[in-house]
Amino acid sequence: MTTTPKSFQDIILRLQSYWAAQGCAILQPYDMEVGAGTFHPATTLRALGPRAWAAAYVQPSRRPTDGRYGENPNRLQHYYQYQVLIKPSPPDLQDLYLGSLAAIGIDAALHDIRFVEDDWESPTLGAWGLGWEVWCDGMEVSQFTYFQQVGGHDCRPVSGELTYGLERLAMYVLGVDHVMDMPFNDPGAAIPLSYGDVFREAEREYSRWNFEIADTDALLRHFEDAEAECARILAAPETDGAGRRIVMALPAYDQCIKASHLFNLLDARGVISVTERQAYIGRVRALARACADAFVAAEAVAA
Amino acid sequence: MPDLLLELLSEEIPARMQARAAEDLRRLVTEGLVERGLTYAHATAFVTPRRLALAVAGLAERSAAVREERKGPRVDAPEKAIEGFLRATGLAREDLEIRDDKKSQVWFAVTERPGRAAAEIVAETVEAVVRGFPWPKSMRWGEGGLRWVRPLHGILCQLSTEAGAKTVPLEIEGIRAGDTTRGHRFMAPEPIRVSGFEEYAARLERARVLLDPAERAERIRHDATQLAFAQGLEVVEDEALLAEIAGLVEWPVVLMGRIEERFLDLPPEVLQTSMKAHQKFLSVRDPKSGRIVGYVVVANRETADDGATILAGNARVLAARLADAAFFWENDLRMPPEAMAAKLDGVTFHNRLGTQGERIARIAALAREIAPLVGADPDLAERAARLAKADLASEMVYEFPELQGVMGRYYAGRAGEDPSVAAAAQEHYSPLGPSDSVPDAPVSVAVALADKIDLLTGFWWIDEKPTGSKDPFALRRAALGSVRVILDTGVRFPVLPILSHAMTHALHAAYITSRSAMIDPIKDLESSGAVVEEIYEARTRLEGATKALSLDDLLGDLGGGQASEVRGKVDNLFSFFIDRLKVHLRNQGIRHDVIDAAFQLGGQDDLVLLVARVRALQEFLGTDDGANLLAGYKRAVNILSQEEKKDGVEYSLDPHPSLAETDAERALFTALDAAEVAIAPALDAEDFAGAMTALAGLRGPIDAFFDTTIVNAENDIVRRNRLCLLHRIRTVMNRVAVFSAVEGG
Repeated sequence: MTTTPKSFQDIILRLQSYWAAQGCAILQPYDMEVGAGTFHPATTLRALGPRAWAAAYVQPSRRPTDGRYGENPNRLQHYYQYQVLIKPSPPDLQDLYLGSLAAIGIDAALHDIRFVEDDWESPTLGAWGLGWEVWCDGMEVSQFTYFQQVGGHDCRPVSGELTYGLERLAMYVLGVDHVMDMPFNDPGAAIPLSYGDVFREAEREYSRWNFEIADTDALLRHFEDAEAECARILAAPETDGAGRRIVMALPAYDQCIKASHLFNLLDARGVISVTERQAYIGRVRALARACADAFVAAEAVAA
Repeated sequence: MPDLLLELLSEEIPARMQARAAEDLRRLVTEGLVERGLTYAHATAFVTPRRLALAVAGLAERSAAVREERKGPRVDAPEKAIEGFLRATGLAREDLEIRDDKKSQVWFAVTERPGRAAAEIVAETVEAVVRGFPWPKSMRWGEGGLRWVRPLHGILCQLSTEAGAKTVPLEIEGIRAGDTTRGHRFMAPEPIRVSGFEEYAARLERARVLLDPAERAERIRHDATQLAFAQGLEVVEDEALLAEIAGLVEWPVVLMGRIEERFLDLPPEVLQTSMKAHQKFLSVRDPKSGRIVGYVVVANRETADDGATILAGNARVLAARLADAAFFWENDLRMPPEAMAAKLDGVTFHNRLGTQGERIARIAALAREIAPLVGADPDLAERAARLAKADLASEMVYEFPELQGVMGRYYAGRAGEDPSVAAAAQEHYSPLGPSDSVPDAPVSVAVALADKIDLLTGFWWIDEKPTGSKDPFALRRAALGSVRVILDTGVRFPVLPILSHAMTHALHAAYITSRSAMIDPIKDLESSGAVVEEIYEARTRLEGATKALSLDDLLGDLGGGQASEVRGKVDNLFSFFIDRLKVHLRNQGIRHDVIDAAFQLGGQDDLVLLVARVRALQEFLGTDDGANLLAGYKRAVNILSQEEKKDGVEYSLDPHPSLAETDAERALFTALDAAEVAIAPALDAEDFAGAMTALAGLRGPIDAFFDTTIVNAENDIVRRNRLCLLHRIRTVMNRVAVFSAVEGG
């Protein structure tokens, strides 16, 4: 029986070493603003094509509309997801997943762990999969998805994706009711830090900027720039000046990520109407599809 | 007689798909066996979150041998024909027989298919069923191509007799059938070897899996009731939720918790919805106060601490959920309903029909118009319509859309609105389904009708009518709802003028919206700096003109063409109402053709009156007099139309009694006069039974007329007079209903 973790970072470290022990490459966060760990190219793009893959990483994620100025016990505009992607999905993925819960101190003999239907769909990524939300004593602790399609392409083989909402999971494991009260490092450390010590001020500042200050005209311009740049990258000839064949799926996908985050910011500023919303999502999806096409083409070159 | 046991063990099957999947498994496997010649006595299917199981008892040991004879070409037929026959039968020439056939000799192919062993047929059937299983949504996993609802891990497939059980040799995409299963995921994960269904079910139960979903649901119901009873409480019944919970657990363990004091002031619907939607908790009520005070959690396992950790965890999650709900409730209460409703001005209802706010203004105008017709105060009806959908802008309804209307009622009530106004917020959505009742408070009736009629006329105007199975705006439900509200409350008014008025409002809305849609791109051009001053001014003028354009101005501008379009669409919509009426009354045993007979009279837009006439008519047609009179009517009309066709003229003049030659003919004249005199006042008094009685008096004279009198008399004057008399029968009877629309007779 494992010990109970003491802090937020303890939980992250345990997940890292658990998934490393299962043979995953432990990647670092992607260096761009994303809405969820799925956006990391190590998930979205690597779920495409025939090559095997196994990766795990923490991804800081931003959802501007969820900002609550640091006051809500559960909601944050910036939070962390832990993401695991294994392709092809191994037959014992459920057991591997349960092993990760044990590693962070959730004893399946005492808790009620359930796999409850939750089909995952990302309209912006043109992606969907089937799976569950995993409940621990009625609390959603993870998303578990078998990817079926990404960027409009069938996933063959199928990837298994696990996403842990780290703050929520950690609050549950540590028995904390307000996220800002959660110990970030070891509470017995010389300088103990809470989640609030690290992030409260950031939540206040970003909430204000997201909701009140962000320049919507500039955001809209940036959205359009990213959209145009994505198209321009993908329209470039596959062969460069030196005769090398290089498809630029990854730089193009960066622009897609940018456009998606800019859309989220515009949404938080409340300048996107219900009907426009669908149109924007469609525009981001078109970018994601084009990048997926390019990635698949690049994989075919590499294979 | 072997028995078959089949189990398909997988990762967790969505609860909502389980019952259907068990039934599909039973049906498809048994049908597949029978198609392949294997009979059985009976079959039962079971389902848990991780497995589909099927027990088929009393299988035949083998399928019967089948002998098939096929006649081929003549012996002297061209070689090609014979080769074709050999290909088709898969036989060689020496396998064929020659038989005499009339004058020639013919090749015959006789194939004998021996009976096949049950195991072989079962294997083939199971593989076909698994590969083609009709899951509502299925998936692939790993590197395989097989589709199942979630990854399939094991197949247990065995045939057992008194001598023991034998695994059916079977392999699907690398999954080989065996004789083992697994118990509860956490409490008994080891493989379990089984032999036959009884042992399977018993061992599973020891391994903490209750195979039968009905038994799981029953255990939950029983244990929950006991737990609640011990504390003087009762479980709120919710069969659908109970079935869903039974599909989430293999080993139900019932735990009960209390809602924290600080949340008990939330409306019971909020407590119940929040607990049900997110947590799948059953609600527990205090029978003395009627308040929701607790909940039942159904866990999937026993624990050393008797569920204390599980219950504490669930309580924490619930507290966070209810804290959210309380936050929404308090925020919403701070905003007056008008302010909430005002938020809907910025929400698009449909891109061709404008905003929610505009729609609400139309509903309010219409509710005011309908109010006096249904006995409601026009001011209250208008007020109610303006606030009825305000809660769509509330935080609570954003979070729990299923609470729309319920919250509106609370918010309007708390804001001190008239109780009838508050009630309309909830009741105007009704009836939501066949089992939902219709509102009877006049203000609610006015708003309910206005809401539905606005929806229908709007989508009728822009030609978004339901087609086939597609009805994305639930227009059938809206029309049927209107019909039910009118009939159940018995409110009397002509529907057509209301529909016409609403249709012109829809026209107005569509027009204004399309003008705005023209203006928006110009605005976009302007903001990009590409537009010169003149265009800016033109746009501003257009915008001003559009905003100021009233309905009357618009109708004046548009002229006659639009008026006839409005009429056409109103008529089309009204016949859609009548179609819904037919569907509705069919369930009450009223015939559609009888409805047509009344409807075809024209101008039948008082639905209550129409239905009264239809009921009286159907009752009359069920009597001996009615049936015979209908036959007489049809005979008269047939002769009349035949002769009119032959002669190329219409016999529609008044017949003259002085030209009558037989007694029966004279008596018919008298009877028609008498009936006519009696029918008119009866109809005026809406006494349809009386009108039918008057008609019944015609039966004898008409029968006697046809028995004794030849219509096509030698004398042409007499003949024409008699044809006109037949015409008069039709005219008199058609005052009551268009009898030719009635089938039979």
